[in-house]
Amino acid sequence: MAQQRTAAKAAEPAQRMTGAEIIIKALLDQGVEVMFGYPGGAVLPIYDALFKQNALRHVLVRHEQAAVHSAEGYARSTGKVGVVLVTSGPGATNAVTGLTDALMDSIPVVCLTGQVPTHLIGNDAFQEADTTGITRPCTKHNYLVKDINDLARTMHEAFYVARSGRPGPVVIDLPKDIQFAEGPYEGPANVRHRTYRPQMAADPALIERAIDLIAAAKKPVFYCGGGVINSGPEASELLTQFVRQTGYPCTLTLMGLGAIPASDPLFLGMLGMHGTYQANLAMHEADVMINIGARFDDRITGRLNAFSPNSRKIHVDIDPSSINKNVPVELGIVGDCGTVLKQLIEAWKRRKAKPDGKALKEWWKKIEDWRARDCLRFNQSGDIIKPQHAIKRLYELTRDKAPFITTEVGQHQMWAAQFFGFEKPNHWMTSGGLGTMGYGLPAAIGVQMAHPDKLVVDIAGEASILMNIQELSTAVQHRLPIKIFIVNNQWMGMVRQWQELLHGGRYSESYTEALPDFVKLADAFGCVGLRATKAGELDKVIKEMIKADRPVVVDIHVDKTENCFPMIPSGAAHNEMLLGPADEAKKPVSEEGMVLV
Amino acid sequence: MTIDKTIRRHTIAVIVDNEPGILARVVGMFSGRGYNIESLTVAEVDAHQHLSRITVVTSGTEMIIEQIKNQLGRLVPVHKVADLTSEGPHVERELLLVKVAGVGDHRVECLRIADIFRARVVDSTTESFVFEVTGASEKLSAFISLMEPLGLIEVSRTGVVAIARGSAAIMKRGAGN
Ligand SMILES: Cc1ncc(C[n+]2csc(CCOP(=O)(O)OP(=O)(O)O)c2C)c(N)n1
Ligand SMILES: [Mg+2]
Repeated sequence: MAQQRTAAKAAEPAQRMTGAEIIIKALLDQGVEVMFGYPGGAVLPIYDALFKQNALRHVLVRHEQAAVHSAEGYARSTGKVGVVLVTSGPGATNAVTGLTDALMDSIPVVCLTGQVPTHLIGNDAFQEADTTGITRPCTKHNYLVKDINDLARTMHEAFYVARSGRPGPVVIDLPKDIQFAEGPYEGPANVRHRTYRPQMAADPALIERAIDLIAAAKKPVFYCGGGVINSGPEASELLTQFVRQTGYPCTLTLMGLGAIPASDPLFLGMLGMHGTYQANLAMHEADVMINIGARFDDRITGRLNAFSPNSRKIHVDIDPSSINKNVPVELGIVGDCGTVLKQLIEAWKRRKAKPDGKALKEWWKKIEDWRARDCLRFNQSGDIIKPQHAIKRLYELTRDKAPFITTEVGQHQMWAAQFFGFEKPNHWMTSGGLGTMGYGLPAAIGVQMAHPDKLVVDIAGEASILMNIQELSTAVQHRLPIKIFIVNNQWMGMVRQWQELLHGGRYSESYTEALPDFVKLADAFGCVGLRATKAGELDKVIKEMIKADRPVVVDIHVDKTENCFPMIPSGAAHNEMLLGPADEAKKPVSEEGMVLV
Repeated sequence: MTIDKTIRRHTIAVIVDNEPGILARVVGMFSGRGYNIESLTVAEVDAHQHLSRITVVTSGTEMIIEQIKNQLGRLVPVHKVADLTSEGPHVERELLLVKVAGVGDHRVECLRIADIFRARVVDSTTESFVFEVTGASEKLSAFISLMEPLGLIEVSRTGVVAIARGSAAIMKRGAGN
């Protein structure tokens, strides 16, 4: 639909309309169906233009941070650009955490911010903030529109920048007089960015060298991440195809989960700080590492000088600055993951490449021995619900519905990553780079807007959920039947775990003394509230939650002292992983590790 | 990629859209990521296309310099990044203005040294001179230290501008399209 409109537009002469109308028209021509926002003085003309039409829907959030997270959830579950509209000053500053989150996780978002009229800029006017100044380091790019003649082009350019190359958030700051002014409209077809042309296909010579390395490997490992998801669902299919063609093991980052099916025997589970034993040891012992769309983040590498010491590394990334940033690689390949995978598959077939069968068999034997350690095992017995058990049951009771899962930040997030299996991309939304508590509930709202008939669950901690709890009101207003699954351990569990490990068990301020009654709180917001306190109640509550056609808050009381394992403590290497409580005492964290986060 | 830990000085030329905030974007990238700037100059160099050229002198290991170039390259309004230091021979120049105040023998000595450095007198009063010197940064620094005991009271330098030797350009100049 958007395409047709665009094509028709290109032929017509420039129409004249007000700035606010240009904004709405540009959004529609970009195929935007819904935006997330909150009104205020500096955006009233846009809200007025919104009022006069029906094609573009608006979700009224309760805090601007949540508007951005909702747009992120929408974007990550659809592959489209998420759109935000907020007012000047406090509206814009409230959006900053969301924008930073989107930047760190490479999520395409366009955020429109109101601004005081151009003649007042710089005067400390009411609700003035230097929005482009504040958001410069937390956006991929930003604009301040000071001339109505630039408005339409800037709108289209912002969408192009947000979704192209390594995606990210783009802010357009819109002074109020520009929203009232009259000017020309041009459609997206007429707008071409002057310079920004990310490289999609890889240099063919590098593809040949990559195949040489991949085919000669004796202990290979695929290490893939969010870049594959961002490249579109086809990239995940291609990755799965290539991994199966080679028969090599594959591990995924927190951002990459779903890029190959969790049920595939070639999948080793997530890697990194709370990754599986087999994934981290395979990384440590590999002789060839094929990194596609991951960025050697510190949660992945552990101590850099001990990271996968003997592997020859290939790194595919659309962002040249990701290559050789933390870890020097032998073969850096700039390009889009999907396009490069297509090139690799083509070259592999054309050259009739074959893995070293004998070596691979030995490698897999080793990996299966590691896998047999069953590093995620836990012991559920008696009445007390283990948090892992709660998430495992949630997975088992919902997997036939291919649910969309969002999370907050903490232990529950890591357990969700460990125990929830994703067969497809775009079903897992979590704040990886920034680790933003309060992400999951608004993200779930964005996901549910995009997928009204699907099951959307936010796996939450009782501390995180309070950071954007007001959004329950948004869910009720817009009849979004999201499910909030609180793994309630009464502690900021992840903080408590670090204090146990690193600070002699001095639990400074990590216990929330006065938690609300989440069932009553759900009720007060007009949601369904459910609770399970004993293992025997768990399944019934989960089933009831699935059945409800309204927003639900589920309060699962779990073991308060459980820690998240395996764990590679800060400053340790992959082969120095703690597998359980018994390892804690044996392997104290190094002094260098203490200062790391 | 080799892991060479030697810290080297690099002169990098960056062609950017001359738009509001571009300098803040470039400088903010350097400070935000902890890279150092030894010198930075900027001016519009193509009036038709509204392009500016930023010359930045920085230092770091090979890996850091690569990062700096890539980080500059991913800024949306950046057209071209050229590492003049590693791309071959280039010329670097800086312009210096110094004010020297004094009377008597010092004035004579000042003019003698200025002559050796091919400095020009661009302003003079009975008790002061302003000298203009162009050249490599080290030459300018040498001139300053020689003037110091002779009554130097103020210094203003432009920072380095640089261009590669030979017939090639780092970017084609447009004819104002
Ligand atoms: C906005 C924000 N503030 C602080 C932190 C630091 N932090 C990380 S996890 C965590 C505790 C989370 O507690 P809870 O939501 O109950 O999850 P649990 O670890 O208990 O599963 C905190 C405070 C953060 N990630 N985000
Ligand atoms: Mg908790």
